[in-house]
Amino acid sequence: MFRHSKAGIALAAIAALTLAACGGGGGSSSNATQAQAVSQADIDKAMSTPTELTFWTWVPDIKKEVALFEAKYPAIKVNVVNAGQGEPQYTKLRTALKAGTGAPDAAQIEFQYVPTFSITKSLVDLRPYGAAGLKDKFVDWTWNQVSGSGGEVWAIPQDTGPMGMLYRKDIFDKYGITVPKTWDEFAAAARKLHAADPKVSMTNLASNQNGVWMGLLWQAGVKPFEVTGADSVKVNLNDDQSKKLGTYWSGLIKDGSVSTDPDFTDQWYQALNRGQYATWLTAAWGPVFLSGSAKSTSGKWRAAPLPQWDAAKPVSGNWGGSTTAVVAGTKNPIAAAKLAEFLNTDPASTKLFATQQFLFPATKALLADPAFVQEKPAFYGGQTVNQVFSGISDTVDAKFQWPPFLDQTVNDWDETVGKSFADKSDTGAALDQWQSRTTTYAKNQGFKVNP
Amino acid sequence: MRRLASSRARRSVDPSATGYLFVAPFLLVFAAMLVLPLGYAAYLSLFQDRLIGGTVFAGLDNYVTALQDDRLLQGVLRVAKFFAFQVPIMLAISLLAALAIDSGLLRFAKAFRLGIFLPYAVPSVVATLMWGYLYGPDFGPVAQLADKIGAAAPKFLSDGWMLSSMANIVTWEFTGYNMIILYAALRAIPHELYEAAAVDGAGPWRTAWSIKIPAIRPALLLCVIFSVIGSFQLFAEPNLLQRLAPSVIDSAYTPNLYAYTLAFTGQQVNYAAAVSFLLGAVIVIASYTVLFLTNRRSKR
Repeated sequence: MFRHSKAGIALAAIAALTLAACGGGGGSSSNATQAQAVSQADIDKAMSTPTELTFWTWVPDIKKEVALFEAKYPAIKVNVVNAGQGEPQYTKLRTALKAGTGAPDAAQIEFQYVPTFSITKSLVDLRPYGAAGLKDKFVDWTWNQVSGSGGEVWAIPQDTGPMGMLYRKDIFDKYGITVPKTWDEFAAAARKLHAADPKVSMTNLASNQNGVWMGLLWQAGVKPFEVTGADSVKVNLNDDQSKKLGTYWSGLIKDGSVSTDPDFTDQWYQALNRGQYATWLTAAWGPVFLSGSAKSTSGKWRAAPLPQWDAAKPVSGNWGGSTTAVVAGTKNPIAAAKLAEFLNTDPASTKLFATQQFLFPATKALLADPAFVQEKPAFYGGQTVNQVFSGISDTVDAKFQWPPFLDQTVNDWDETVGKSFADKSDTGAALDQWQSRTTTYAKNQGFKVNP
Repeated sequence: MRRLASSRARRSVDPSATGYLFVAPFLLVFAAMLVLPLGYAAYLSLFQDRLIGGTVFAGLDNYVTALQDDRLLQGVLRVAKFFAFQVPIMLAISLLAALAIDSGLLRFAKAFRLGIFLPYAVPSVVATLMWGYLYGPDFGPVAQLADKIGAAAPKFLSDGWMLSSMANIVTWEFTGYNMIILYAALRAIPHELYEAAAVDGAGPWRTAWSIKIPAIRPALLLCVIFSVIGSFQLFAEPNLLQRLAPSVIDSAYTPNLYAYTLAFTGQQVNYAAAVSFLLGAVIVIASYTVLFLTNRRSKR
């Protein structure tokens, strides 16, 4: 039904002569998404009618979770497709949506991309299918991440990435460094470490990793973006707090006590294995990832919360994590919505995610599950790492918002702020540039931009 | 009976139509894969599709913006610079290799020929990944070797070296390809010319300089034109090296990379189409300039 109304509006426009033009057309079809609640009878009927769903996701072995869903609803068959991880999948999804054919019924979307897809009317509001009632199952801050400004529920949270600090206990011990509780202590430790061994840096702030910067902004309480209406957005990338953060990090980088290698590259993996970084500021999915990527350092790592700006009020940010969303244009919205719901709320399914794919849970139930939080991986010297991150998850600020044009924002960050880190140039000026480039882009895309 | 049938067939088919029949498959693919997409891109470049407000007719606005786009201009100048120093080196090596094989003086000519041509069989993506590893600042073999002898490792992926590092990859990839074209042209030179040269007392170097190279001028020109197109369309190499050196290669490093980023990152498909068309125009002009200059020189 969304397809029809959208096509109708687009037809009125001159541009509707082309298929491709339909994608962004029709600024006022939001009424269509406020569909009426679907009755239980309709749901029962849909779930017992033989249906085939296509589901795009890059989670390895997700067929196990899908099998649980198919066992519960034998009439429904789910084709799991790996269309690439992150950006490649989004590119394919956009292309399929523009072409009007080939898009899946449901897809994995990272939190930060939800607004980028909801602005183009590419996601189905899940409220009519009972999604609003799921709110209490999830960690509080995740719900805002999947909600629209009009209360829409665009996706169901799957996993999260509250940020903490993984550190090399052996390196800290060797140079007499205590685990820093505040960013001031962190900076002092960084300089001490660098003076003792210039080959080791306190941490690596990757010059190509906008996700970490956003997580650090998030922790510092900065609100870089606020969607203030259907066509207006606040862009606030260079305020005093951001500048303070910029000065802090560029200072450490200029000293040489923090490196800026691009992450997830050969060089970065080598550096982790060789002990060139004393800490990795990472998300809750980091511990398992690291234990697979730096096997030679097993037993030497520990986990702690991020250093704080105000030690009395611990706060954290989030980096990464995904959702399951239903893609606009699906012929089976009910079945797709129920798939998204089942995968991410069913106790057996969520447990599989946490134990088989090592996704960090988004549900309160699992975060409180002793079997999960009491796990003692040898890579971290038997520390209950999940418990550390489960505690951090409660401190993530709930009000952080993503822009509806994330790709461009990230690209511009790489070329301004990230570049200033790598070149050891003026980060303050780079933040101004980032602000102006993002603002210009937003205006060109028709947004009203409030500073 | 058979004679009758064949004569009837001959009468019913216009001889010139046979030619078109042979060309038809090509024309079909050409139309479907080149003319139609080009037309569609030209059409797209006349609109502006925004996140808010949808699609509006923009006329030539996208082109006007692109012509004033400093990032696009920088990219074009960068690939022009790349072309100016990479192509002469590559073609010189190709020519030398082709002449060496053609001279018949090499012992393992076939293995030599295959060895030089082999990199062309490696997809440029794989080649770039491989060279990216070799260039690695900490772990790359060159860096490790430099470390062993206590020298500073050359910073292949730094701002100052990047274009040369990329030129090296492209040269490695395409020397063999150009060599084959030149070698094929050398094989087509009539033998009488060599005999005449030998009678006049020319040695192998003199023969190469005065007979072989002038005779394969059209083939050399073809290689140059291919290289113009290749250089201006540089994409896979910067795109992959960007991951290793994100602060050196920005999204407008080459015009093609810029168009790609506009379309797939900024979702400015229409503007990307306009940029692509302008890039096409630049390539046409550059190719024509090369032809014009070389023609004039030969007339002198």
